[in-house]
Amino acid sequence: MIVEGPVMKFGDKIDTDIIIPARYLKYTDPQYLAQHAMEPLDPEFYKKASKGIVIVAGKVFGMGSSREQAAIALKAAGVKAVIAESFARIFYRNCINNGLPLITLPKAPEEINEGDTVKINVETGEIEVNGKKKLQGKGISGMALDILKAGGIMEYLNQIKS
Amino acid sequence: MPQTLTEKILSRAAGKDVSAGDVVEIKTDIVAFHDLTGYHVIEVMEKAGMEKVFDKNKIVIAFDHLAPPPDIRSAEIQGYIRKFVNKLNLPNFHDINFGILHEVLVEKYALPGQVIVAADSHTTTSGAVGAFAQGMGASDIAAAAITGKTWIVVPSSFKVELKGTPAKWITGKDVALKLLGDFKADYFNGMSIEVHVENPSAYPMDYRATTSNMGIEMNADALMFVPDSETKNYIKTMRGYEPQLVTPDQGAKYSDEYTIELNKLEPLVAAPYSVDNVKVVNEVEGTPVDQVYIGSCTNGRISDFEIAAKILKGKKVKARCIAIPASYEMFKKAMDLGYIETLVNAGCIVTYGTCGPCLGGHFGVAGPGETIVSTSSRNFRGRMGSNESKVYLSGPAVAAASALNGKITDPRGVEQ
Repeated sequence: MIVEGPVMKFGDKIDTDIIIPARYLKYTDPQYLAQHAMEPLDPEFYKKASKGIVIVAGKVFGMGSSREQAAIALKAAGVKAVIAESFARIFYRNCINNGLPLITLPKAPEEINEGDTVKINVETGEIEVNGKKKLQGKGISGMALDILKAGGIMEYLNQIKS
Repeated sequence: MPQTLTEKILSRAAGKDVSAGDVVEIKTDIVAFHDLTGYHVIEVMEKAGMEKVFDKNKIVIAFDHLAPPPDIRSAEIQGYIRKFVNKLNLPNFHDINFGILHEVLVEKYALPGQVIVAADSHTTTSGAVGAFAQGMGASDIAAAAITGKTWIVVPSSFKVELKGTPAKWITGKDVALKLLGDFKADYFNGMSIEVHVENPSAYPMDYRATTSNMGIEMNADALMFVPDSETKNYIKTMRGYEPQLVTPDQGAKYSDEYTIELNKLEPLVAAPYSVDNVKVVNEVEGTPVDQVYIGSCTNGRISDFEIAAKILKGKKVKARCIAIPASYEMFKKAMDLGYIETLVNAGCIVTYGTCGPCLGGHFGVAGPGETIVSTSSRNFRGRMGSNESKVYLSGPAVAAASALNGKITDPRGVEQ
């Protein structure tokens, strides 16, 4: 599974209240949520991400709430993958369940710059930056990879059923 | 091999001996959700074409985030869930008159050694009685509600020892903030924290619930108190029966250990905009405060109201003060003990059973440029309302003293 796109960079501790504020949680429609993704930090995020981007961030990306809308909003806004130094546990599962790949990479913010183009092998965790530099992140395997390949837990369950 | 509490609980739930790093399927003892996540859980169940639950008696639902409904959509969400509850005939449903889910779980359901999963991050609260309790997203909880199972990566066990007796005004929040300040919000990723209390009665269940509640802020898989005489007394008092205690084996191996001396702690706060931006209260003393919130699943218990009442008795607050006991039980106790009267006379607004202000939902939304002192669990940007508001997290003593003076105040300097 290969994912690629230009990079938008964020810092440490991007929490779920930043990814999707609580006042939008009364709905689950992906398009509605996408319009408010990352709104507290960048109200224009939706427009910038719409062509397909990869987020690069620091420590404990997705910390906080269990709101699955955080994963739904990022994916629907156009985020193809997130590369971060570490992820919050609940957010990590929610992303896999919604078909959004996450790659753990030590010192990610130092290694990759805003505007770089990255090509990620989700299985091996290998990241190619601007067609040259190669970095080794932590890939995804097993059932989590099967869920990602299907596009999310729903699609995965439907595949198994049929 | 001797097992930690984490290994013991997860081995039973997996039906085989487990150790850190194993990816295992486990049985769940309780699956829970509330209004704001509940409708999402049910939506997923509907989409999967499986509107059924593994065991009616093991599903717990409480309305708290949108209680009472602040708008039409919230009322609609609650109506949708009530319909589901009636259709499946679920007995453990608590409508808006009952309390906050995590408090309800601790008061009525959670037992030592159980595996509890719920669609809310603060599910870690049930670690107070020694349950392995985790928050998960709506899809994971829908799957658990249908099958009674989930999968996890077994965390490594980290031991924390609480020694001695807490210094004056020191409660469960200060211990949570001490761990966050010293280890930061990422350190416990992939770990389960097991807390051993040297003197069980010196660190009562209210404090334990607060500390466990913030386990998720540490990114821990669980934060459990090793069940002891305090656990037994609490469950006997609240529910009328004695629980079986599940405890770690002698000689169990921990990945690391840390000791906190309770008598040496000072009142702590987490300054904006991060739960691990922890300072001793006198470093930020004097900061003007617009609103104080005492309540939430973090600090809405009887000891929190006892402390607030002690500080505010016979006085008037200078900052707006909203006080919300976490459940009907806590409200009633606070009423019987005169705390509600004291707080109302001091000028606080008091109600019960809502998460409202904690997530900027309703009943006290922060405006632009406002500063809030809150006993809740998070101070992220925009958490309680405007992105231009600031939230300082504290225990009940700092919150009440700050309400009294209209500025952040060290409770040690307040006359009683």
